[in-house]
Amino acid sequence: MKHTFAVLVENSPGVLSKVAGLFSRRGFNIESLVVSETEDSSTSRMTIVVEGDNRVLEQVGKQLNKQVDVIKVNDITNEETVERQLCLIRVSADQSTRQEVLQITEVFRCRVVDIGRKSLIVEATGDEAKMQAIIRSLWPFGIMELVRTGKVAMVRGERNKGK
Amino acid sequence: MKNGAQYIIDFLLKKEVEMVFGYPGGQILNFYEYLGKSPLKHVLVRHEQGGAHAACGYARATGKPGVCLATSGPGATNLVTGIADAYLDSIPLLAITGQVNLNDIGKDSFQEADITGIVTPVTKHSYLLESLDTLPEILDEAWQVATGGRPGPVLIDVPKNLFLAEGEIADSRQTLHTRKVKKADRTEELMPKITEALSKAKQPLILTGGGVVTAGACDLLIKLAEETGIPVVNTLMGKSAFPADHPLALGMVGMHGVAAANLALSNCDLLLCLGTRLSDRVTGNRRQFLEKACIIHVDVDAAELQKNVDANYCLQLDARLFLQRILDEGHFKKNGDIAQWHQQIDRWQQEHPLPTDFSGLIKPQEVILEAARQAGSKAIVVTDVGQHQMFVAQYYPISRCRNFLTSGGLGAMGFGLPAAMGAAFGRPGEDVLLFVGDGGFQMTLQELATIREHNLPVKVIILNNSTLGMIHQWQDVVFKKHYVASNLPPLPDFVKLAAAYDIPAVIAATREELSQAMEFVLKTEGPVIADFRVDKEEMVLPFILPGGKPEDMLGRWQGETHLRSFSRK
Repeated sequence: MKHTFAVLVENSPGVLSKVAGLFSRRGFNIESLVVSETEDSSTSRMTIVVEGDNRVLEQVGKQLNKQVDVIKVNDITNEETVERQLCLIRVSADQSTRQEVLQITEVFRCRVVDIGRKSLIVEATGDEAKMQAIIRSLWPFGIMELVRTGKVAMVRGERNKGK
Repeated sequence: MKNGAQYIIDFLLKKEVEMVFGYPGGQILNFYEYLGKSPLKHVLVRHEQGGAHAACGYARATGKPGVCLATSGPGATNLVTGIADAYLDSIPLLAITGQVNLNDIGKDSFQEADITGIVTPVTKHSYLLESLDTLPEILDEAWQVATGGRPGPVLIDVPKNLFLAEGEIADSRQTLHTRKVKKADRTEELMPKITEALSKAKQPLILTGGGVVTAGACDLLIKLAEETGIPVVNTLMGKSAFPADHPLALGMVGMHGVAAANLALSNCDLLLCLGTRLSDRVTGNRRQFLEKACIIHVDVDAAELQKNVDANYCLQLDARLFLQRILDEGHFKKNGDIAQWHQQIDRWQQEHPLPTDFSGLIKPQEVILEAARQAGSKAIVVTDVGQHQMFVAQYYPISRCRNFLTSGGLGAMGFGLPAAMGAAFGRPGEDVLLFVGDGGFQMTLQELATIREHNLPVKVIILNNSTLGMIHQWQDVVFKKHYVASNLPPLPDFVKLAAAYDIPAVIAATREELSQAMEFVLKTEGPVIADFRVDKEEMVLPFILPGGKPEDMLGRWQGETHLRSFSRK
C-alpha cells in the first residue's frame, strides 16, 4: 500500500542525501520524493510517497525520526489532504487532431503552454487519479515526452501548531 | 581569540576526555600542533583502524565516550571499520578527521575523501564543518548525539584552514537537536499491563542485551530477577549484564547459545526483552520467533521496537528507567508455578551441559576454562571474532558489568587487540585478557608496538588452530567439508614475533603445558603473548543454522559422535 509522509527537516547540507540513503540501505521503496524550503527558511518539507506493508511503513517513520536533521514525521495518508502533482506533456497534435486534443485539455482544465506545428505542450496539475486520467486520454494521440513532479500535500483545515 | 584547533581541544578537555587515539597526517597537522601544547593525552596508534577500535574498547570498558583522530583521505577511510563496529554495538564514539581546505573540497585534491558521505550509513550523524561560527554548536550537538539515547558514533570533518582560522567564537546557542518533537510516553499506560503479564506467566524468561550494560542497569536487573525468580538469558552483547555465577543465569542464547538457554527461550510463555534489538543471531527465523509466547520489548530506540519481531507490548524506555519503574511498581511473589519451570530448566542444564571433559589435542574451551580458573571472573575479557569468541561467550564466567568486550553486531575481525589496548588505557591497574584467533590477530597486530610503548597489561591469548576456525566449521557442516581459503599456514612464529616487539611470550602445545603457560601469562607484568596450539576440528556447538529455531540446534546430543538437530530424535 502507498503511504504519504510529510517530513519536516532542517534545511542543512546533506539532508536530502541522508534521507535518500536511508531509504535505499533499509530497502524501502520510494515512489516519489519532493523537497523544498518551507515558510521558515531554516527548514525544508519533504513529501515522500512510499510503497510497503504496515511493518515497512512503521520502520520508515521510526528510522526517519532517528535522523538528527529530521524534526517531525507525519504519516498523512489517512488525513484529509490537498495533494497536487504537476505534469508537462508534449502531445502530438496536427491539423486533424489539434481540436480534439484541445477539448480534452479543457475538460481537465489543463493549460496549453506551447504550440508547435505538430505538437502541443500541456501543463496539468492535480492529484494522482487526475494525472492518470489525463495521460490515458492523451495517450491515443501520441505522447512524445512527459515529465512529472512528485506529489506535494498539505493537510486540510486549521493548522494545529501544538500537535 | 582561539582558533578552531584550540576550541576543539578545550571542548574535549571540558568534557573530561582523558585521551584521544590518533594518527597524524597532512590535513590534521595543524590540530596536532596545538594538541602537543595542551594537557590532553594523545595515544599514537599504529594504524587508524586501531585508533577507532581502541577508542571503542576504551568506551566499552569505561562507559565514557571514546575519541579518535585521523587525517583526511586514507586516514579517515581507515577509521570506517571501527566506526561501523561502534554503530552496530551502540558505542559512544567521537571521530574527528582532518579535511582538505574548504576551497579545495570537491576538486579531488590530494588525500581528499568525502568521509561524511562515506560514514553516513554507519554513524548516528556526521558533520562537515563549514565555518568557525558553527563549531560550538556542532561540537555540543555531536557530543549529545554520540552519548544520548542509544549511543553511537559521530564524525566531525574539519577542513585544514578551519583548524587555523581564528575568531571570537560565541558559546553554543540552542542546538538543532532540541527542535525534535517529543513522542508521547506510553510508560504509564503500559506499565500495569507489563507487571500483570509478568506475574501471571508460568514460564517467564528475561532476555538481556547490551542496552542493560549501556544503561548501567546491571544491579537493577539482578534485583528484578531475584524478586521475581525469573531466570535470565543473555545475547552476546548482554553477556556482562548479569553475573554468570548467579543461580538464575542460564547463559547465552542464539546461534551458538548454550542448550539450556536456547531451550528455555523456545519454551517460555513470556519473554521480557531488555535493551536488545533481537538480531537474527538471536531469533533465527524472525517471523516464527516465539509465536505463542507473550513478548515484552523494552528498548531506548523506538526504531528497534517491532523491527525484527512482533512484540505484544513495546515500550521505548531506557533499561535503567524501566527496571527502576517496574521494581517500584511490582509486588511480585514467587508462585509455585515458577518452581516447576525452574525444575524443567534444571533438568535441561543437567542433561545438556557444555562439555568440560576433553582429550586428544588441546581444545580451545580448555584454554578458556584454565584462564578463568586462574584469573577469576573479575578480569576484563576481550575477544576478537570467530570460533574463539563464541567459546569465550559460552565458557568464560563474567561477573561484572563492562567486563566482556566483543565486536557483536559487526563481527569485525581485528577488533580484539586494539580494543583490549583501549580497555587497558581506560581501566589502568586491571589486567586485560584478550582471546584472539591466529587469523584475527594478524589483522591488527601492529598495535603491539603501541602496547609495548605504554607497557599495557594486555594478555594476548592466541587460540591458534592454524585455520579460520568459523569458516572451517561452516565449510565442514554447510559446504560438506569443501575447505576453501580457510587454511592459514604459513603462520608467523608468534614467539619470535613477540620478541621482535620485545614482548615476553610462551607457547603451549600439550595439555601438560597448559596450566603452566597460563600461569606465565598471568604472572608476567605488562604485555605478554601466549600461543596455544588448539584442535582445529573442534566445533562451536550448539549450532543453529541461519533461519533455524532454537530447538533445531545442531549438537552432539546424549554422547553421540555425529551432529544431530535437537528436535529430531
